[in-house]
Amino acid sequence: MFEAFRLLGRSTLGFLQRLGRANLFLGQTLACLPGILLRPGLVLKQIYSVGVLTLVIIVVSGLFVGMVMGLQGYNTLVDFGAEESLGVLVALSLVRELGPVVAALLFAGRAGSALGAEIGLMKATEQLSGMEMMAIDPVQRVIAPRFLAAFLSMPLLAAIFSAVGVYGGHFVGVGLLGVDDGAFWAQMQAKVDLYDDILNGVIKSIVFGFVAGWIALFEGYDAVPTAEGVSQATTRTVVHTALAVLGLDFVLTALMFGD
Amino acid sequence: MNSRTLELWVGLFVAAGMAALFMLAMQVSNLSSFGGKDGYRLTAAFENIGGLKVRSPVTVSGVRVGRVDAIDYDFGSFNAVVTMEIDDHYRGFPEDTSASIFTAGLLGEQYIALEPGGAMQNLKDGDRIQLTQSALVMEQIIGQFLYSMAAEKKPGGTPPEAEPSQEMPSVEQP
Amino acid sequence: MTEPVVEIRDLTFARGQRKIFDAVDLDIRPCSVTAIMGPSGSGKTTLLKLIGGQLHPHSGSIRVFGQEVPALRRPALYRLRKRIGMLFQTGALLTDINVYENVAYPIREHTRLTETLVRDLVLMKLEAVGLRGAAHLMPAQLSGGMARRVALARAIALDPTMVMYDEPFTGQDPISMGVLVKLIRELNTALGMTSVVVSHDVRETMAIADYAYLLSGGKVIDHGTPDELRDSKSEWSGQFLNGHPDGPVPFHYPAPDFRDDLFGEVVQNV
Repeated sequence: MFEAFRLLGRSTLGFLQRLGRANLFLGQTLACLPGILLRPGLVLKQIYSVGVLTLVIIVVSGLFVGMVMGLQGYNTLVDFGAEESLGVLVALSLVRELGPVVAALLFAGRAGSALGAEIGLMKATEQLSGMEMMAIDPVQRVIAPRFLAAFLSMPLLAAIFSAVGVYGGHFVGVGLLGVDDGAFWAQMQAKVDLYDDILNGVIKSIVFGFVAGWIALFEGYDAVPTAEGVSQATTRTVVHTALAVLGLDFVLTALMFGD
Repeated sequence: MNSRTLELWVGLFVAAGMAALFMLAMQVSNLSSFGGKDGYRLTAAFENIGGLKVRSPVTVSGVRVGRVDAIDYDFGSFNAVVTMEIDDHYRGFPEDTSASIFTAGLLGEQYIALEPGGAMQNLKDGDRIQLTQSALVMEQIIGQFLYSMAAEKKPGGTPPEAEPSQEMPSVEQP
Repeated sequence: MTEPVVEIRDLTFARGQRKIFDAVDLDIRPCSVTAIMGPSGSGKTTLLKLIGGQLHPHSGSIRVFGQEVPALRRPALYRLRKRIGMLFQTGALLTDINVYENVAYPIREHTRLTETLVRDLVLMKLEAVGLRGAAHLMPAQLSGGMARRVALARAIALDPTMVMYDEPFTGQDPISMGVLVKLIRELNTALGMTSVVVSHDVRETMAIADYAYLLSGGKVIDHGTPDELRDSKSEWSGQFLNGHPDGPVPFHYPAPDFRDDLFGEVVQNV
């Protein structure tokens, strides 16, 4: 009985310690950001590996999500005779929720896990230690560029996801199911607001990018320097990022779209 | 890969992202209706604006000519005052144009429909539309309907060609 | 200068409950090769990290180049580290850049030399370790021994005053070992450096060391020149240096009496 309490206490303390380390780590990283703006080459390389290489999965997923929305949306709306509102349904769902959230989850799976593994491996093979002994700050040279890259890439990826999804929905709805092309766009344009919907979606994706980058880099940096530790870091990255994104999504949605 | 190719790919990626954002802004949102070209303002007072919202459309013969800019309440006349912004493109509504609040479809959103009158002068920036018809409120309609149904049954309140009312035959003692 | 490059006094460092170092005194003399030896787990790598300021002692003093290392703030600590080169056990090369770039890395980071000068320096350092022809290879293409040599070239890229070697001979074939032994000794003499070699390869280390410390159980068991140590009366030194399987460090892990174990009752493991 007491054993359970002791375990609970220890794991809570451990969790709090980890949280503290994560925040100190974030502080260190943010402090290095002004410095690396002077070294755009590093950031560019990371934007490539984090952003460009995630493009494929984002575009394909966006397309399919949009197409499924077109299909499902039509099936539901046609019962109310409201199939002309398909455009609104697809656009609002994507821009407000699916774009930022699904893109963030895909990002966590593809780029986040890669980042976590890469940093964890660098820790395990003493590369980070080596840099420190060469009097080079690994947080500035290795961590900060990757963080900035994640932060900048996420909104772009979410926007691409939403845009591709809308066209996917258009293809299914207008092309295959016969919804009126004009009504599809016109109703959408009337109902989707630039500030309330699109801007809020962009803000969401910026927040998600911040969090996804932070978690991936911290899990790698804090990993146990063994092979098992690296694999643990990778799985933790994906799980924690997913939970954080979904939780934050609820909070942000309540703040933005509530009353 | 060398840095040239890298930069190219990153540039393409950022361009694609920007293009997507742009597309979302232009094609998907209501940005196009912001115009940027300023219009002129008209006001109208309604007893009840129903579900009319700011940015609800203003149409003439079904053509969208502007939108609702502001909704206010006038304690002097105890009416709602709606300010509409009409595109400059659409000048020349007569002074006796009327404004009514209709509903798009059965469950759709509400909008203001203008019906041009026949006056010689036209509405200018800041003018007030005098003839207005408020939104139909469901409860009031139902209430009116029930009231008129009840009124048909009462004596003295019947229409001229009334059928013989169903009176209880009086019991007459032979 | 005759003052020690590294002066460690009364160093105490523990990890959890275990004391890695218990009131240790140690000196690293300039322009010499000092060996630090001991069984696995005796904290040899930890000592290097303490000297480099990556870890902080619980008590005691660590003076490097006359400065108290644990008290240094980051800018001063980084300045100190530029004068120390470190060779990690695994080489710790950056895996996403090739050999040339790896050696050039510290030069580019810490100096403003032009690319031509950087190239000259890199080629000179690679020549010193015999790997100038491998400049275009990626770390993954190198054998363990070659990777360590590249790491050595990188460690001396900025002509440090002191170089620390963490288990340089471990797991090497005889030829690579011979190469490394030659390099450590010659570089030390040629560049007038101070070298600290942490190892448990007795034969190779004793061949090049000017002075050695034997660590075990958190304490300095013995120290002296290789000749002094060979003649040492200490039983422990004798066992370690000669590789005897049994002695002060017992062969058997503590266990109950064998006879009792074999013929006693079978105890069910709960």
